[in-house]
Amino acid sequence: MLTLDKALITQGDFTLRADMNVGAGSHAVIGPSGAGKSTLLGAIAGFTDLTSGSIAWNGKCISDLPPHQRPMAILFQDNNFFPHLTVAQNVGLGLDPNLKLNAEQRQQVSSALSKTGLSGYEDRKPASLSGGQQGRVALARIMVQKREIILLDEPFAALGPALKIEMLELVKQLARDSGATLLMVSHDPDDARRICEQSILVTEGAATGPFDTKALLDDPPPPLRMYLGANH
Amino acid sequence: MRQVAPGIAVAALIAVVVLGALCAVLWRAGGGSGLGPADYAALRFTVVQAILSSIISGLLAVPVARALARRAFFGRSILITLLGAPFILPVIVAVLGLTAVFGRAGVISTALGWVGLPPVQIYGLHGVVLAHVFFNLPLATRILLQGWQAIPAERFRLAASLGMGAGQVARVLEYPMLRSTLPGALLIVFTLCLSSFAVALSLGGGPRATTVELAIYEAFLFDFDLGRAAVLASVQMGMVAVAAVVSLAWARQEGFGAGMDRAIRRQDAQTPLLITQDIVVLLGVSLFLVLPLLMILLRGLPGIWHLPLAVWLSVKTSLTVVLFSVIIGMAASFALSMAAVRIRWLEGIALLGIATSPMVIGTGLFLMIHPFDAPSRYAMAVTVLANALMALPFALRVMVPEMREIYSNYNRLSASLGMSQGAWIKLVLWPRMRRVSGFAAGLTGALSMGDLGVVALFASPEQATLPLQVWRLMGAYRMEDAAAAALLLMVASLAIFWLFDRGGRMDADT
Repeated sequence: MLTLDKALITQGDFTLRADMNVGAGSHAVIGPSGAGKSTLLGAIAGFTDLTSGSIAWNGKCISDLPPHQRPMAILFQDNNFFPHLTVAQNVGLGLDPNLKLNAEQRQQVSSALSKTGLSGYEDRKPASLSGGQQGRVALARIMVQKREIILLDEPFAALGPALKIEMLELVKQLARDSGATLLMVSHDPDDARRICEQSILVTEGAATGPFDTKALLDDPPPPLRMYLGANH
Repeated sequence: MRQVAPGIAVAALIAVVVLGALCAVLWRAGGGSGLGPADYAALRFTVVQAILSSIISGLLAVPVARALARRAFFGRSILITLLGAPFILPVIVAVLGLTAVFGRAGVISTALGWVGLPPVQIYGLHGVVLAHVFFNLPLATRILLQGWQAIPAERFRLAASLGMGAGQVARVLEYPMLRSTLPGALLIVFTLCLSSFAVALSLGGGPRATTVELAIYEAFLFDFDLGRAAVLASVQMGMVAVAAVVSLAWARQEGFGAGMDRAIRRQDAQTPLLITQDIVVLLGVSLFLVLPLLMILLRGLPGIWHLPLAVWLSVKTSLTVVLFSVIIGMAASFALSMAAVRIRWLEGIALLGIATSPMVIGTGLFLMIHPFDAPSRYAMAVTVLANALMALPFALRVMVPEMREIYSNYNRLSASLGMSQGAWIKLVLWPRMRRVSGFAAGLTGALSMGDLGVVALFASPEQATLPLQVWRLMGAYRMEDAAAAALLLMVASLAIFWLFDRGGRMDADT
């Protein structure tokens, strides 16, 4: 259980309040552009300090820990790879950020790559892969990281709709298999419906929820309704 | 974080050396005499030649940059690369080349002789200005070209769709751009010309064509009047500092960098008159830049196989100086640019080295060493230090932006993975910085190879770097040897730049 206890995030004029308990399963983070979805994820991951309040994981406060000591793996919108390192090295960083891998760790890397259908791509550079393959490299790294929370800050936004859904399904599968909690920022209500049972709403300076995704989207509160438009 | 500590240490070291040298000069100047009439003449000459050089370079750069901006032609990128060459060309080589074209026995004088006209003369104010234009016209052109290419292509398209002619395009689009970029370019050239030493040493001299830098050198070497040298050094320091601050405040961009890759198709410029004009301008500038270098090649080649031993010894000395300058310069640049990501003003510390001219630092170090030991024993160490310092601002200019980019792109990723400091440097910084580091090392090496400055102040007769050796051969009127040695120097400088730049690029992935 991830607990945000009266958390307040301040960035210049912008403030975001969050007070919630996030349990297991998949959670979409939805809301209008600029409402602070990425900021919320950044605070949970440890890239933005809280002005007040705290964040806890299973009752243990984690808000003072640096990003890599928090129990989570994160994929950003871009720059999820070091372009000069090979696919295997980029995945291996999830096991040892200093890249001194032993035989067993190397084995884990190959097995993660073969599970994501990337066997034989070990020595390629990310730039030489297609968008979908790059997504799978990211997935393979999350796989070896074995963290209890997976944060997605729209890493697949540049992919086509079908490929994006495929990637999200794969992440969801991975999260379910390992029992990890998944939080994903989403611009697309259809993605949210398809992938996440629960949704966190970020709007008007506050993050609220989690709500049942279907219920939330079927009868959205006014600000969300404005954002979604008449079709939803 | 820990990564700022080495940079701060380097900055402190630079501050100590530069400020120590300045204090030594000021302390000595306090006991020195006031400025004499000759010193005022030097001051006046310095300012006059710098104003003339910057205005002529700037005005000539306008048609050249415009022609490059609006014409796509075979060899355009070669010409733009050529415009970068004078930056790493040793001053003494250019001077010899220009003399071979514009001097008494040069190409132009010979041609004039055929039609019965008297030969032209290169020594004096116009020679100094000519050499400065040779170096700074390309720089000004590159700065202006950047300005031109910063005008969005859509504007030109809009102008074309409105049926604007070249004159209207100039008034509506080009003139406003020039009004904001040209003054900055002029100021940079003006500032660079204030510290002119090697050009004035070889083409100026005498009571009517001496710069302050040259006067410092002469006060030192001919009169051994340390007090006067110190007063002049203080004058030089104040003058350059003011100019540097003004030009920095004015201009934020530099003459090298990205964004010169292609010409915009310009409907307004397709008249025969304008096409002819651009062809003439581009041919003219190419000739002006290439002819002197070609003359070095022609005159130097015959003598290259029987160069005196002293020249080869000076090559060895120079290469040693280059090696150490590059090592020290690059270590300092790397540490400084790492720290500058977090502490912005650290980048400015490198400008201390430029704002205080090499001759001033040399004078200061000389004054500091003099009471204890013979300064000539430290000639090479001081040269290494001065060369590394001199190249630092240019190295930082390319390294800091790259470093910032790496941090902004990958800092979060490496933080989320928990990379250690060592792994971050080894796995991320070094591979990603290699390309620009190679370029910066190339600049440092080439500048160091060609520098004729502080070494002239310190070196004893039996010591010499290659540029100093060329200068001594010229002084002894051994022109064939001088030309051959200059050819060697030119090839060495370009080769050093090419080797480092190439080394950085080699299988560097981005």
